[in-house]
Amino acid sequence: MSLDNFNVQTKLGQPWKRPPFIQKKLLRWTIIFGIIAYLIAAYLSVDVNWSRVYEGLERGKKFVLAFTNPDFTSRSSDIWSGMIESIIMTVTSSVVGIGISIPIALGAARNVAPLPIYLICRGIIAISRALQEIIVAILLVAIFGFGPLAGFLTLSFATIGFLSKLLAEDIESMDKVQAEAIKASGAKWTQWINYGVQPQVMPRLIGLSIYRVDINFRESAILGLVGAGGIGATLNTAFDRYEYDTAAAILLIIIGIVMALEYISGIVRARVQ
Amino acid sequence: MLKLDKLVKTYKTGDQALKAVDIEIPKGQVLALIGPSGAGKSTLIRCINRLVEPTSGQVYLNDVELTCLSTSALRRERRRMGMIFQEYALIERLTVMENVLSGRLGYVGFWRSFLRKFPQSDVDEAYRLLDRVGLAEMADKRADELSGGQRQRVGICRALIQNPALLLVDEPTASLDPKTSRQIMRLICELCQERNLAAIINIHDVALAQMFVQRVVGLRFGAVQFDGPPENLTPEVLTMIYGEEDWEATIEKIEDEDEEDLL
Repeated sequence: MSLDNFNVQTKLGQPWKRPPFIQKKLLRWTIIFGIIAYLIAAYLSVDVNWSRVYEGLERGKKFVLAFTNPDFTSRSSDIWSGMIESIIMTVTSSVVGIGISIPIALGAARNVAPLPIYLICRGIIAISRALQEIIVAILLVAIFGFGPLAGFLTLSFATIGFLSKLLAEDIESMDKVQAEAIKASGAKWTQWINYGVQPQVMPRLIGLSIYRVDINFRESAILGLVGAGGIGATLNTAFDRYEYDTAAAILLIIIGIVMALEYISGIVRARVQ
Repeated sequence: MLKLDKLVKTYKTGDQALKAVDIEIPKGQVLALIGPSGAGKSTLIRCINRLVEPTSGQVYLNDVELTCLSTSALRRERRRMGMIFQEYALIERLTVMENVLSGRLGYVGFWRSFLRKFPQSDVDEAYRLLDRVGLAEMADKRADELSGGQRQRVGICRALIQNPALLLVDEPTASLDPKTSRQIMRLICELCQERNLAAIINIHDVALAQMFVQRVVGLRFGAVQFDGPPENLTPEVLTMIYGEEDWEATIEKIEDEDEEDLL
């Protein structure tokens, strides 16, 4: 069954090599050398002011040493209220964000939604993903003023872009035949989603949701830097006052909570498979 | 009971999957659809319940013409056509009971199905069917815990609980071992007889088809090449359907050896 002009005799005794990804030799080498030359030029263009680095090392050392002696007590009430605010922001924004994400994810899956709805939902996701959290937070702080409300809205908005996109991709890659079987029984669209689609994407939805809670908590620590409330505000104040020991204490608490969330999400994800 | 009238399906790519297929099936007849891969077997049964939209032609189920129905009317008619799939197509993460009850989705409202509060008569019927195929004690297991043969029997229950007039069966035995294949084919044919159901069974295994059905239709390149009783499947006919090959071994009379009943 070989092609007419294919003679196996010419191939015998010859080593075999995998055909290259780019067939044209000249083009292939041009691209490779181009990338290498660009990388070298790019690294050379990064200026390093070594005397500034030398001065900065001293400050860096103080900062790192503060971790050996974190101060949880002298600002404990600030830390406590900031932490509560962060946790409230995390929980509320996750619930609202995930709740809005699910219908948008359905709309953004091409195998579930008709084209106009698909385009609208993809548009919402694109906007949410294009606007970085800090930028949204600055805008919302300008509108709603300082405090956790701006942070809550920012995180809800960011959750939509993240969760809808990834969930929609999971819906698009689901097993078509399982869903087809439900359709063949005469089910309505809503029943089809509930029986044919939801069971297939549930583990992914739960996994992504927990991961997003984790992200929202970490983000809530950053958003305080632009005035959107939470532990970040406390952290920012500590830095401004050069209270590195208090800052270290706050960072240690954040690390502890993130690790705990990571551990919990591992357990939950293993369970829902 | 079922009548296909000049059914044509042309895919967007230009492939003619079905070329004016005419088939008529009386009530209670089990028909095997054979033919090489790509002959249009799957397309044909999917055009009947419109999982694939036919390009032209008519399909009559009793006296209802299916190809021009609106979405909601189509849903009503789909309830009368049970479908059984090659890879079982069970919802893997749902329980056996939920999978069987999903055959009733066309009959119950959204909230009832969402809350899994199906009418008692449906639950009773699901247990009876599972018992009939020997899986009653598996009702609360998750579908992905079952073996291939067990899954296909759940698939059969799901199709039958629709209380259909017609079964559309797509390669029911393609992923099963030879013995389980026979058991599944026997079960489908027995159930059709018990309930006086018509069925179209797509099948690759010619010998298996010959053992169980009353009528065979051979499809090649989307056109009917043969239509008749299984005894008439001579080597010449098989060559006409599949192309040149030594057919003697395939159509050798298979002794019906004793098999244990379904486990």
